[in-house]
Amino acid sequence: MSFGQIGYDLAHLLGGGVLLMSFVLLYQRRMAAVINAFAIQGTLLALAAAWAAHAQGAPGLYVTAVLALAAKGVLIPLALHAIVRRLDLHRAVETALGIGLSMVAGVALVALSILVVLPATEGVRAVARENLALALSVVLLGMLMMITRRNAISQVIGLMSLENGLILAAIGVAGMPLVVELSTAALVLMIAVVAGVFFFQIRERFDTLDTGSLEEHRGERR
Amino acid sequence: MPLQWIIVFFPWAGALALAAIPDLRRAVAANVAVSAVTFAMAIALTAMPFAEHGWTRTDALNTPFVLVAAFVGLTTAVFSAATLEAEGFDHWRIRAYHAAYQVFMGAQTLALLADNLGVMWVAIEIATLATVSMVAVHRTASAFEAAWKFFILCGVGIALALFGTIVLYLAAQPLLTEETGLSWAALMGVAARCDPGTLNLAFAFLLLGYGTKAGLVPLHSWLPDAHAEGPVPISAVLSGLLLNAAMLAVLRAKSIVGANPEAIAPGPFLLALGLASVLLGSLALWRRRDARRFFGWSSIEHMGIAAFAFGLGGAAANLAGLLHLLGHSLVKSAVFFGVGRAAQAKGSQKIADIGGLVATHPALGWGLALAIAGIAGLPPFLLFVSEFRLLAAAAAAAERPWLALLLALGMVVALAALVTVLQALCFGPPTPDAADAPGGWRSVAAAAPLWLHLAVAAGLALAMPAGLAAMLAQAARIIG
Repeated sequence: MSFGQIGYDLAHLLGGGVLLMSFVLLYQRRMAAVINAFAIQGTLLALAAAWAAHAQGAPGLYVTAVLALAAKGVLIPLALHAIVRRLDLHRAVETALGIGLSMVAGVALVALSILVVLPATEGVRAVARENLALALSVVLLGMLMMITRRNAISQVIGLMSLENGLILAAIGVAGMPLVVELSTAALVLMIAVVAGVFFFQIRERFDTLDTGSLEEHRGERR
Repeated sequence: MPLQWIIVFFPWAGALALAAIPDLRRAVAANVAVSAVTFAMAIALTAMPFAEHGWTRTDALNTPFVLVAAFVGLTTAVFSAATLEAEGFDHWRIRAYHAAYQVFMGAQTLALLADNLGVMWVAIEIATLATVSMVAVHRTASAFEAAWKFFILCGVGIALALFGTIVLYLAAQPLLTEETGLSWAALMGVAARCDPGTLNLAFAFLLLGYGTKAGLVPLHSWLPDAHAEGPVPISAVLSGLLLNAAMLAVLRAKSIVGANPEAIAPGPFLLALGLASVLLGSLALWRRRDARRFFGWSSIEHMGIAAFAFGLGGAAANLAGLLHLLGHSLVKSAVFFGVGRAAQAKGSQKIADIGGLVATHPALGWGLALAIAGIAGLPPFLLFVSEFRLLAAAAAAAERPWLALLLALGMVVALAALVTVLQALCFGPPTPDAADAPGGWRSVAAAAPLWLHLAVAAGLALAMPAGLAAMLAQAARIIG
């Protein structure tokens, strides 16, 4: 289990690609483009997992790669496209925070995660800690997306891109037990199912997927 | 198969069977039967010596919680059998409700018993997903808002907890062998030699992640709404059980980080989050108009008290914290049984619409009054013992005795709010009834769980069995 120079570079290239797609997710305004960016992120994650499987000599990670490709690269994006078409949202343009501002916030979050992770993990191998910094950036950007978007589908994509960051972190740690990755993948699917049910029910009630319209119903009005 | 696994898989098998029963009468009877068998297994588990089996373990820390979880699961199933008709479910929702209930109970037990931190994480996520769908089951606008908030906030929280778990493994990885993986016992064994910086990072994420699920401020805002929507039995198990499982996960993380002398001391973080929850929770009680949201906020306050106790550390404070979690489970679910029945009788869960219960429904009114007094920390219930012991331990803490003052302030503010609501709900002028009280066996089955919980909470406070006391004292040392 040795990391040559190419292995080191390629792992970072793919991790960086996943992070780049997080930025793309932040600034896309059309629903269809957001879903496509999420699909590309899922595919890059699958490649990163496959490369980690090869480099670490851990065949279990190929399973993670296949699951990530099937679920996040193909099935969930297709389902989301179907929902968007069915609800006639594909021309919708939405953003709650200006694009420039969300880019600045995104860069600040990446800087924050590097400043937090690198000094804190000095006792750990270099490839693992740099990978961890990338993964934490993806997690934080996913959260930023959930905060800045008001559309229910975008919020769920933010959550799933956050979970992409988690898997990126898990595959970077050599020898991480497979149970976590398998279950994560399975549970993301379940989350998507639950969320799908929600979309339809929210639509039925409010004629919009804008979660801002939910905030009236706290049950505490006089 | 060891009993520790059967007690997890049996409710899940029961969930499959319950999903196939569309008839209300048979479904509620089967639900009670499954819960009763689970409770019997929990008692048997208590009598067995502590052991590890694969991904699960029993020790002094989790065994009392498994027992209380199975007990509350059984009484809640009985309560649900008596009151479910009033929810007006069609046969699909009857199936979904009972299946989700048993999936939740199995996942809850697994979360408590898990030795592997990855398995614990998965179990808490399954328990969350099972309850999210139940919160939304009435399909009103407020139910959707509550479920959406629950789903999104807990989704983020649970994601942070997984990140923390991964970082924890990264810290311990050079010292672990292939088989032990994420075992808590193995991590405890090597914790003292782990890289302290990485451990700190892991603890920050685990505390924030599982703290969200435990309802600690500042990530608490899902909790009151999730407790106020959905069927009443779900509020009882959410508040009584799920919060304990999340708090236990925080304690497992704390014990690992605490075992490394070079890592940051985890205590002050728990103290800060706990104190913030106590103060915000007790102040927020004064602004509530919805009875179930009111008691949801009270859960935030009580989780804050428990977190404060564990943050203070030491045998006395830890013991007080454990007693507080157990007492809160028993008394808070009793409160929800009472409030749920009152809301059904009066046709509204607004505090202003429920009044004078003692005059119109004497058994319910007095039971609810005693339960609210118990949750306020008045004697003779278990929460009085735990709050008294905690204040004594906090005042005796040499470095920061002023913390006891802040804690007492929060407790008094909450006590005053609870007494005000107690008087409004139970005494005061009676409000008109909207529905007839259930007759026959239902009236007994709906009232019995409340009084049984009160009796157990008072019994444990007045005469704690020696075996349980010894177990809790041992658990207080495990937390460190």
